[in-house]
Amino acid sequence: MSKTVMEHADASEVFNRDEPYVNWHDETLWFVRQKRDKSSKQLPEWEQLREAASGIKHYVLSHLDELLISFEQKANENGVQVHWAANAAEHNEIVLGLLKKHKIDKMVKSKSMLTEECHMNEFLQKNGIEVIDTDLGERIVQLRNEPPSHIVLPAIHLKKKDIGDLFHEHLGTDAGATDPQYLTEAARQHLRDKFLTRRAALTGVNFAVAETGGFVVSTNEGNADMGAHLADIHIACMGFEKIIPKQEHLGVFLRLLARSATGQPITTYSSHFKKPREGQEMHIVIVDNGRSTQLGRKDFRNSLKCIRCGACMNTCPVYRRSGGHSYHNAVAGPIGSILAPNLDMTKNADLPFASTLCGSCSNVCPVKIDIHDQLYKWRQVLAKEGHVHKSKEIGIRAMSTVLAAPRFYQWSGRLGRTVMRAMPFMVNNALNPWYKQRDMPEPPKESFRDWYVRNRKN
Amino acid sequence: MSSRDRILSQIRQNKPEEVALPAIATFASNFENTEDKFREMLAAIYTEVIVVKNPEELAAKAEELYTGVVNRATTIPALSAWADFSLNVSDPHELETVEIAIVQAEFGVAENGAVWISDQYLPHRVLPFITQNLAFVIPRNALVDNMHEAYVRLQDTLGWGCFIAGPSKTADIEQSLVIGAHGARSMVIFLLEGE
Repeated sequence: MSKTVMEHADASEVFNRDEPYVNWHDETLWFVRQKRDKSSKQLPEWEQLREAASGIKHYVLSHLDELLISFEQKANENGVQVHWAANAAEHNEIVLGLLKKHKIDKMVKSKSMLTEECHMNEFLQKNGIEVIDTDLGERIVQLRNEPPSHIVLPAIHLKKKDIGDLFHEHLGTDAGATDPQYLTEAARQHLRDKFLTRRAALTGVNFAVAETGGFVVSTNEGNADMGAHLADIHIACMGFEKIIPKQEHLGVFLRLLARSATGQPITTYSSHFKKPREGQEMHIVIVDNGRSTQLGRKDFRNSLKCIRCGACMNTCPVYRRSGGHSYHNAVAGPIGSILAPNLDMTKNADLPFASTLCGSCSNVCPVKIDIHDQLYKWRQVLAKEGHVHKSKEIGIRAMSTVLAAPRFYQWSGRLGRTVMRAMPFMVNNALNPWYKQRDMPEPPKESFRDWYVRNRKN
Repeated sequence: MSSRDRILSQIRQNKPEEVALPAIATFASNFENTEDKFREMLAAIYTEVIVVKNPEELAAKAEELYTGVVNRATTIPALSAWADFSLNVSDPHELETVEIAIVQAEFGVAENGAVWISDQYLPHRVLPFITQNLAFVIPRNALVDNMHEAYVRLQDTLGWGCFIAGPSKTADIEQSLVIGAHGARSMVIFLLEGE
């Protein structure tokens, strides 16, 4: 869908043109972050839960092959057909093949970031299959012909007026109507018709249990279940890192997931699929698409622990002020920025730089991924492999020259402070990126070094 | 080589050194009163909890709550006279017009207000989702503190089962909470005594 891909910094600049809008976006996501804080503080064992979740996921990474084989075997015994896809193209072909076999050309889909990653909708549409996204937020962005801007809150970048106009055009709601209750009801009616008439349903997978061959899908709306229980064929697609060893581990992850995502103690529906219902076909597609490569990158493999709660996005000062689309990747925000370079270093070299490295993402991550450390490490890998802009390279080289020569550093500091005091227009202008959307600070009278030298004498 | 074998062999090559599972992965909640916590959590998600002494009182309450509603379905024998919609259909699409379903479920979880329902209690998996309004009946003593306890109880999740916490909802339009997204628009939980 994205025709020309803008780099994160450029896209953020566009996003930041409307200041009240950016402030609203920022505050809305911060509110979600605060709900997460409140909810997590209800549990005295919260930190131990995070520790346990991280530990279980670490075990998973070190036993992935065995766990996947066990999962496959159990799923087969349960009457579920398991498919393996090495990459996005193979995943898309498998789904298309299943639909063709059943002569189905219309499908409902609940949220699956994996199918976004694989650009499955576009592929199926090109092959004559209509895909209807049934999560309200996803349906909204689908009607707008754009990707979700957040993995949990797909339409978080839109105001209700945008959605009112969109529904007026596509669903025939009253012109100018913006009441969320009214708009949601219209979507309910529109999508109920789809649920009742589609013979195939595709869902994502939140957790797949190696011990039982079952998998869990979490939603608040009930759309995954509405689709799957009415369809003749249910296709569930998962990245292979969704596997967990035992059913009892669901206790840990379901306690963390919704609290981290939205502050709810659990999502409305946590649906446990194990066997198809009578007369139904159930398929699971297990996808690699670069994950086994990431597994081999020692510094970055922890990113595969992610349970897609979105907490790192809600807390990220850069995400909140640049919006999900600026990241030009299915998964945006801090976690997306450490997953994307693995998929394509050239295309995604800008993303690890879309961070202040403040570390807030790592602090809220329910599976304790060292997100900000990985962002920092990706920068080094990308620079070494020549994926960083010349301009950035020149800047960094100049910086290292200055920092390597103490006298020169002292002199340039003094010069900078003098210039800022005497000729503020030299820094307060459009050529200085630090001046965008913010005022430059008051220059200090002296450097810390000067102060220290002066005071040590006393 | 098939994709399956290629993926597995690449995993074997690239996976980190073996680590053991964490020693502690379950925690006790020790609520002062499990039922009070359950009620408190459900009140926060717009769900009414009603204690009934026996199946007769359940039937009377059901009558009172859903007076005038047509297309009432149930899986509970004591409510068969109350119901006017038979669940004895072969195609789940026929449940499209169900207005209220009162369904037996297994147990509830105090920390989040979720109720476990599974194939064991349902003739059709779609029933709790397709019905406009939903009510569960669980034994009053069938409450656990938290999800760890829930999975101790749930040795087998059967062919399909689901934790359901309150009515269907969404906040996808400017974070405004709306009840009744695709699933049930309302939820009531009956706690049945003496079972």
